[in-house]
Amino acid sequence: MIKIKNLHANVEETEILKGIDLEVNAGEIHAIMGPNGSGKSTLANVLAGHESYEVTEGEIIFNGKNIVEMEPDVRAREGLFLAFQYPIEIPGVSNSVFLNTAINEIRKHNGEEEISAKDFLNRIKEKAKILGMDSSLISRSVNQGFSGGEKKRNEILQLLTLNPKLAILDETDSGLDIDALKIVSHGVNNFKNKNNAVILVTHYQRLLDYIVPDFVHVLYKGKIVKSGDKNLALELEARGYDWIIKEQTELV
Amino acid sequence: MSKENNIKSWYLDNFQKFDKVTNDNLKNLRNDAAVKFGNSEFPTKKIEDWKYTNISPILNNEFVPSPLFKYEVNNLSIEKYKIPNLDVHLVVFVNGIFNKGLSELNDIESGVIIDSFLSQSKINHELISKYSSKLEISLNSFTLLNHTFTYDGFFIYIPKNKIVEKPIHILNIAIDNNDKPLIQPRNLIIAEENTKANIVSEFVGNDGSEYFTNVITDISVSENSNISFIKLQNESNLAYHIDKTDIHQSGSSVFNHFSLSFGSKIVRNDINTKLDGENIECHLYGLYLGNKDQHIDHHTFINHAKPNCMSNELYKGILDDKAKGVFSGKILVDQIAQKTNAFQSNKSVLLSNDASIDAKPQLEIYADDVKCSHGATVGKLDEQAYFYIRSRGVSAEAARSMLIRAFINDVVSEIKIEQLQEKVNHTIFEHLHREEF
Repeated sequence: MIKIKNLHANVEETEILKGIDLEVNAGEIHAIMGPNGSGKSTLANVLAGHESYEVTEGEIIFNGKNIVEMEPDVRAREGLFLAFQYPIEIPGVSNSVFLNTAINEIRKHNGEEEISAKDFLNRIKEKAKILGMDSSLISRSVNQGFSGGEKKRNEILQLLTLNPKLAILDETDSGLDIDALKIVSHGVNNFKNKNNAVILVTHYQRLLDYIVPDFVHVLYKGKIVKSGDKNLALELEARGYDWIIKEQTELV
Repeated sequence: MSKENNIKSWYLDNFQKFDKVTNDNLKNLRNDAAVKFGNSEFPTKKIEDWKYTNISPILNNEFVPSPLFKYEVNNLSIEKYKIPNLDVHLVVFVNGIFNKGLSELNDIESGVIIDSFLSQSKINHELISKYSSKLEISLNSFTLLNHTFTYDGFFIYIPKNKIVEKPIHILNIAIDNNDKPLIQPRNLIIAEENTKANIVSEFVGNDGSEYFTNVITDISVSENSNISFIKLQNESNLAYHIDKTDIHQSGSSVFNHFSLSFGSKIVRNDINTKLDGENIECHLYGLYLGNKDQHIDHHTFINHAKPNCMSNELYKGILDDKAKGVFSGKILVDQIAQKTNAFQSNKSVLLSNDASIDAKPQLEIYADDVKCSHGATVGKLDEQAYFYIRSRGVSAEAARSMLIRAFINDVVSEIKIEQLQEKVNHTIFEHLHREEF
């Protein structure tokens, strides 16, 4: 699905990612964990093509293509999706218009016809139901006046509606209470199948109780310093990040 | 002779011709104005209120006062200008002259008058004199030029306790048969006590037409009235547009003014309101969209003359290419106007490095128990939001359109007529040559 090789990236001349190697195959869920400032969100944004980050070295091979130079909208049409840590409000643009535009751009890219109004509405209603959202929200402006939890839920609604190949979730669990966390996790599990993949970027283990990862990676100072299975997350929960940091220091 | 004197002589010569062929109630008024016009001055950049706007391109042209023409308007189609799916009282003017044939004035509430200024000047001369602005010596040449040729415009009178249910749509169409018309509407709205109306004043002209629109509008809003006046300026790209609107509000009235500015090469709008009673609400909204080498200047003046009133002003603009915007918002709070609430905000987005805006908020407060705030910001479209929208597969072009819509939304959403909101949104994207979604 996606193969990241020796990825280096800068923000305003400061190197944040210092050589990341990661391979995610179809059917897998990978969790990227790490202390604050380790580069987790940077990695998520670089994968989605944020223009504030400059890739200085390395490759991102997504479905056989190096996407490093690809515009963010083209990456999305190729099947990459980023759920934002802080979703943006777009007053005056309804969820319906927003999602309809996005779906049709993706369909056009894949040589498919535009979605009919009826199919579109049915799809939104079906997905909203999974997330316990009132379908009247589709006529409301994107995220405008939504609470933090509603915004996160709306990200997952977009994920389910656009149905990408790879979903990157950037701290989707932050600011969620336990009920909202369950609903959001339910949505992600509903999305997941053997043909797609998920990268979860998270600081805490608690999300992984609901979305069980196949692999857990620890990012520290812009590098993946440890990988393991879901038990690694439990160990981090119990012992914190300090022991890994210490291990790193000893290695140096 | 200076350029300014040349052009003044040109208009005064035209006035002589005009005066010979007209004989009506307004003759004395016009003659008085003509004398004052002769002694007046066109504003220059040396005057503080005009320092950001160079009007000399207007003075380089010899425009011909439109009442001196007869226009053939048989084949004029106005369908494209109508507001889709909205039932209105339609009042059509062609080059400032009322066109009864194209207008649609049916089922007007009894006592309400929606008519042309010219015809009412014959019937309701006294009323017109009472409410028309006085010709003070300090008026500039543009204002006096309008008075010199006072002829037609719209006239709206709403008697006590009347609600005008349907919006009134005034359509000002400009046509130019290579004769460079000077179009000078003289408009008057009188809303008596406890009345309500929505008035849309639209200016249209085909791109490539060269003309000069110089408007005066007087609006009187009496006690407990609720009046909305929405100006939609979509003139030709080669037109010049100068507008002076004076509003007088009495106690417990609500007035909403919208200046939505799209067309014209040089635009100057002066909007002056006097809050002359207690418990008044006054909202001034503005939207200016400029591209190419457009110059769009808004000067607003809110005079808080009495206590316990609120004014709220929100002006937003999007400027592309080499367009230039000017916003000057003055708020005066009189010594006796305690408990005044006055808010002003001006925000502009520059889409190119060559676009610019001069913003000048001015607060003059002589009372001590007031709440006043003002702010002006200039920036670019929000980059994080741009990334967010594109990260869903939406093209760069459509993402920018969405951000433009998001930016202007808090002005457009205040237009409480949904069909008009749609028309405005459509006009925005058409004007910015942006993809509509």
